[in-house]
Amino acid sequence: MRFGHKTGSVTEELALVSPSKLAIDKVSKSFRSRAGTVLALDRVSLNVAEAEFVCIVGASGCGKSTLLNIIAGLEKPDSGTVLADGKPVTAPGRERLVMFQEPALFPWLDVLGNVLFPLKLKPNLTKKDRRDVAKYYLELVELTRFERSNIHELSGGMKQRVALARALAPNPRVLLMDEPFAALDALTREQLYGDLQRIWKSRRKTIVFVTHNVREAVCLGDRVLLFSPHPGRVQEEFIIELPRPRDLNSVELATYASRITHALKSGAQSEAATAK
Amino acid sequence: MKRFLLAVLFFAVLIALWEWAFFAKIWSPVLLPAPQQVAEYLKTVVTDGTLFQATVITMRRLLIGYVIGLIGGLPLGLLTARWKVFHDTIGTLALGLQTLPSVCWVPLALLWFGQTEAAMLFVVVMGTLWSVVIATDTGVRHVPPIYRRAALTMGSKRLHIWLKVILPAALPFIVSGMKQGWAFAWRSLMAAEIFVTILTGFGLGQLLHYGRELSAMDQVIGIMLVIVVIGLLADKILFSPVERFLHRRWGTNP
Repeated sequence: MRFGHKTGSVTEELALVSPSKLAIDKVSKSFRSRAGTVLALDRVSLNVAEAEFVCIVGASGCGKSTLLNIIAGLEKPDSGTVLADGKPVTAPGRERLVMFQEPALFPWLDVLGNVLFPLKLKPNLTKKDRRDVAKYYLELVELTRFERSNIHELSGGMKQRVALARALAPNPRVLLMDEPFAALDALTREQLYGDLQRIWKSRRKTIVFVTHNVREAVCLGDRVLLFSPHPGRVQEEFIIELPRPRDLNSVELATYASRITHALKSGAQSEAATAK
Repeated sequence: MKRFLLAVLFFAVLIALWEWAFFAKIWSPVLLPAPQQVAEYLKTVVTDGTLFQATVITMRRLLIGYVIGLIGGLPLGLLTARWKVFHDTIGTLALGLQTLPSVCWVPLALLWFGQTEAAMLFVVVMGTLWSVVIATDTGVRHVPPIYRRAALTMGSKRLHIWLKVILPAALPFIVSGMKQGWAFAWRSLMAAEIFVTILTGFGLGQLLHYGRELSAMDQVIGIMLVIVVIGLLADKILFSPVERFLHRRWGTNP
């Protein structure tokens, strides 16, 4: 070992961290609105294994985003617990990074600056280490050429790829994704499904992915959870046993998707029936 | 280059019109001197150092007062944006006082501080402060909440969020508030210098005032030109680069 050399700290930083195991136990959350108290989540329990890719599907307003925010630590449940690797989640932290529907990139920083932002909050890294790490992730999302670009110069898909690089940069154990591709066009989205699966495989993260797009969920998830609204709870669970990388347009995928869509509709119908 | 030439041509035409008005004797030469006379006056005050001295005194007052206004206004604006109590109290006060033309502070400053530098500074600070408070407050309120949430998940906390997320996100608003504050301060300082003859320094406003006393129109117009040029330069040197940066980064139209 030589003096003063911080060799290895970048490799250390880029080394795979063990992905988290999540245990969500009887989580409830209600909101007050003008129409009265709405039960957004009703004793939702769910376990996510290490490096598992779980998709949560449901109609808008079914509480799936609320659940994601609670796992992130951005919101507190009224009751119930969220454990990440056995430890209760009480506040947001960079172990569990969130990607929102909007890229939420900072316009006063360029692309590289945005990816550096979470790294600057990590102690024990030199300036050079941070840059190397940021550049590694920009390469992973294939945006090296744009590291000096301003955010407004990027397309919607590129913005979400920067957001993905920024979320990956501090090497979190969990990625929480809240409809990150919902605002993109179909072609860009399909390309990002490929990117996300490739990155998930190489970086080994636990991913909880919320969407209202059934085919997207089948294409990405090991498991798809169907959420029913009012109150939000897990209605049904589907294990997707399709080889990866998955083709969004394959017949097998469509079969799964139609089964889930069918269940989604029948859930909505039974809800309408009980409402009457 | 073409734009520059066009601007030069425009001002040349303006001066030619002035020249023509002088020779046509529309007004008495006492009321409207020729451009050459004004140039002659400016040449004298430049060579004998009067102009330089007056400019330094005025700019020093302006800069000191402006910086005090900024240092006070930024944190006050952050306070009013962060806590309702401050918004309802200081925020309302700022809103009210900002509508007061800053010249209106001159009589009060004179009575409170007499013919002193403090009176000058007070007027400049009052011109700057409230604009900066309101702009900072508005800027912070316009920051999309998603930035805060994103920063929170990345491990950013209280002070870090304020310094590295909220403040830069509010920058476009803050800069336009700073610009407005500068304009108000500049106007009120000129008014104060015209009203207040003090012994501690002879600024541009006082030169203008004595021009009037002596009915020296070449002096009045000459000093007015200097004041305009300083205002333009301040805009180009202090604010334009910052605004260009903001427009480039945010992708807004310049």
